[in-house]
Amino acid sequence: MSDSPIAVEQHGPELRHHFVDAEQQRDAASLGMWLFLATEIMFFGGMFLAYLIYRYAYYNEFAAGSRSIDIWLGTINTAVLICSSLTVALGVRAAQMGKRRLLVTLLLITIVLGLVFLGIKGVEWYQKFEEHHVPGTSFNASDLEKPPYSHGEIDQRHEQIYFSLYFAMTGLHALHMIIGVGIFIFLTYYAWKGRYSPKYYTPVEIGGLYWHFVDIVWIYLFPLLYLIDRKPLR
Amino acid sequence: MSEHVMSSKLYYTIWITLMCLTVITAAVSFVDLGPFNTIVALVIATIKALLVVLFFMHVKYTSEKLTKIVIVSAIFWLFLLLALSMADYATRFLS
Amino acid sequence: MATVAVTAERENYLNQEYGIRSWLLTTDHKRIALLYLASITFFFFVGGFFALLIRLELLTPAGDLVQADTYNKLFSMHGQVMIFFFLIPSIPAVLGNFLVPLMIGAKDLAFPRINLLSWYLYIIAGTIYVHCIVTGGVDTGWTFYTPFSTAFSNTRVIEAGIAIFIAGFSSILTGLNFVVTIHRMRAPGMTWSRLPLFIWAMYATSIIQLLGTPVLAITLLLVVFERAFNLGIFDPTRGGDPLLFQHLFWFYSHPAVYIMILPAMAVESEVVACFTRKRIFGYNFVAMSSIAIAVFGFLVWAHHMFTAGISLYSALIFSILSYLVAVPSAIKVFNWTATMYKGSISFTTPMLYAFGFIGLFTMGGLTGLFLAALGIDVHVHDTYFVIAHFHYIMVGGAVMGYLGGLHFWWPKISGRMYPEGWGRLAALLVFAGFNLTFFPQFILGYMGMPRRYWQYPPEFQVLNVLSTAGSTILAVGYVLPMIYFLWSMRYGKIANDNPWDAAGLEWKTSSPPPTFNFEEAPEVTWEAYNYDEIPAPAEVPVER
Repeated sequence: MSDSPIAVEQHGPELRHHFVDAEQQRDAASLGMWLFLATEIMFFGGMFLAYLIYRYAYYNEFAAGSRSIDIWLGTINTAVLICSSLTVALGVRAAQMGKRRLLVTLLLITIVLGLVFLGIKGVEWYQKFEEHHVPGTSFNASDLEKPPYSHGEIDQRHEQIYFSLYFAMTGLHALHMIIGVGIFIFLTYYAWKGRYSPKYYTPVEIGGLYWHFVDIVWIYLFPLLYLIDRKPLR
Repeated sequence: MSEHVMSSKLYYTIWITLMCLTVITAAVSFVDLGPFNTIVALVIATIKALLVVLFFMHVKYTSEKLTKIVIVSAIFWLFLLLALSMADYATRFLS
Repeated sequence: MATVAVTAERENYLNQEYGIRSWLLTTDHKRIALLYLASITFFFFVGGFFALLIRLELLTPAGDLVQADTYNKLFSMHGQVMIFFFLIPSIPAVLGNFLVPLMIGAKDLAFPRINLLSWYLYIIAGTIYVHCIVTGGVDTGWTFYTPFSTAFSNTRVIEAGIAIFIAGFSSILTGLNFVVTIHRMRAPGMTWSRLPLFIWAMYATSIIQLLGTPVLAITLLLVVFERAFNLGIFDPTRGGDPLLFQHLFWFYSHPAVYIMILPAMAVESEVVACFTRKRIFGYNFVAMSSIAIAVFGFLVWAHHMFTAGISLYSALIFSILSYLVAVPSAIKVFNWTATMYKGSISFTTPMLYAFGFIGLFTMGGLTGLFLAALGIDVHVHDTYFVIAHFHYIMVGGAVMGYLGGLHFWWPKISGRMYPEGWGRLAALLVFAGFNLTFFPQFILGYMGMPRRYWQYPPEFQVLNVLSTAGSTILAVGYVLPMIYFLWSMRYGKIANDNPWDAAGLEWKTSSPPPTFNFEEAPEVTWEAYNYDEIPAPAEVPVER
């Protein structure tokens, strides 16, 4: 038990004393993060419901709106996040193997990639502001091209709903990215200070799980928002 | 979480696969597949998500069944929200 | 918290450290439970104050106490305060926080610092909400229905939405802590089938908190965004669907009622077992029914929307599912009752609350079945029938469960006994006051009195007067425990480790427990509710 002198010597300062041993602490942290990610699935899920029913009801407007956002920036951003997931996974591996410098490097690259993603997203949002595609009184989407096979004109009112969801979903995703970058700044600092080792790298691991989750949300947002209907016009 | 140290080669393979799938999904969207465009896009997205979950998040190598139960339950609950709500929307104008 | 020390007092979690910093920066689950106790009691009286004003207004048919707009604010804030700042946290954050580690033999919850964060989030949320109240309040109904909340209300909807959003995170983190703790930190020998039914019910509650609350969070956030940034997601003039809001809102808010009742059922199992000196009849059924309630509770939400414009086919589906969800609750009621058969019953204060709970919860639950029938719901939706139904469950059920639990575990929490005579009196006042307040409301609703109306036809006055009269008795019944609990902390009889001779690990440690709960880490070799092995008390309670 943890009160015996032998056990006291064998655990590091990271073991919180309400836990019996390091393994219990690690298992608790891991389960905790997975449960938190489950709550995040339900959180984003509410917006996915809104998206589902409005795409079903206003397909033309959703298709037109989808065509008006930049598919190349979206694809690049998807690639950026996938690269960042690679660096995160390699980072966890570096921590497992005790390679401190490699870990710090990979965490820093992850942060940079995250910031690149946010920068591109900022550019995209700026484009939407310029084009008056922001819902509200100054909304004007009469410049949208009708997608092929669409029936009738684009209803400007329904078009606002597509863009409302666009901003809500990408906005909340971006907020999660910002939080992720913040978490990784902390992880990088502590990694640089030498806090993580093959015996204790739990924060890197569970921080990584969060980052991968944010990546997965984008993996779904990309086709749902950008790829509704890209068929070329006749 | 497992102590299993993954090979970096496997990570790079998954990464290349994900990048290719990204390019494919963007390219396919320009091809007219009728109603299948949406299905293909979502299938590709799901494959990508599965690759991230199973390999980058180590779920394939974990001995902890509870992790898988949590993931499946969360997805199932989301599905409940979507399906039962659609039960209303899909049947509203039937009669 | 100074105690009158007559003899040398053992070190426990209360006297281990003094000073405000030791309380505000504590990570001890027992101290955090008391922090919550103080805060939710405050909000209980805030919500009760709004209720009092509502009942005063409804003494007369005319709208003569407050203006109509003010009345809208009163019932809206009564609902939001009572649900989000009192009922949802109550048993989990007070009794759950205190007891979960003790009952499973752990030193603390899995994440003590997150536990403290939960409380601070609750306090921040509460402060924002109080600010909302004093700067104009909110008048959308507790349900924030769109498009009134997003486009037309002139009250502080954004602030109330943000406050409840933050409170939701507090709730999520508490649930997360409990699930991880119960999975990972049970003492050796404490298998799932040896867990007290309290733990099973708290586990089920936590599942609901984890899976449901995030949907409320995103829904409120979308309302805030819509109002702040003029989005159009719920705006009918732009093609938005107000029912989308209702689907999202009720996806959480229906399971939320199970967050409020399951913990009371948790208390019920412990109290009934102890004061009938018997293992709960059908342990497995009661445990599984908690999980079933948590799962089925997510399948019925649109029964709040039968008259709102959903399709008839989906209404039929949700109606059938709403009947199904009653089954596991009924199983519990049968099992508690069967436990009492040939039991050795003592009519202590907790047991009086337990009896009240069974009767009142059953009435509330049965009237829920009335509401689940589409034909009846068309007539009684949005009437006082609904109000009576949910108050029977939330007040007659959840609040009585909470009070019964507070009394049952008070010796463990404070090391003192409350005065039993006053306890029984308060319980009887609560029961009598409650029935007088809310039974007339069933009749009023059936007769057609709408809810949320500030004036009504004169033929409804007699029943309204009865209801208001009942509420004053109820208020006395609630104030009494506040007074005597506080009194007992200084002057109450000192309690021994197990004044009720109850089963459960929490009773094997001192009252109050030491900071790390157990002098020695427990190892469990016995089944739950082993009352056949525990000698019955000579008389209850006994001071040793």
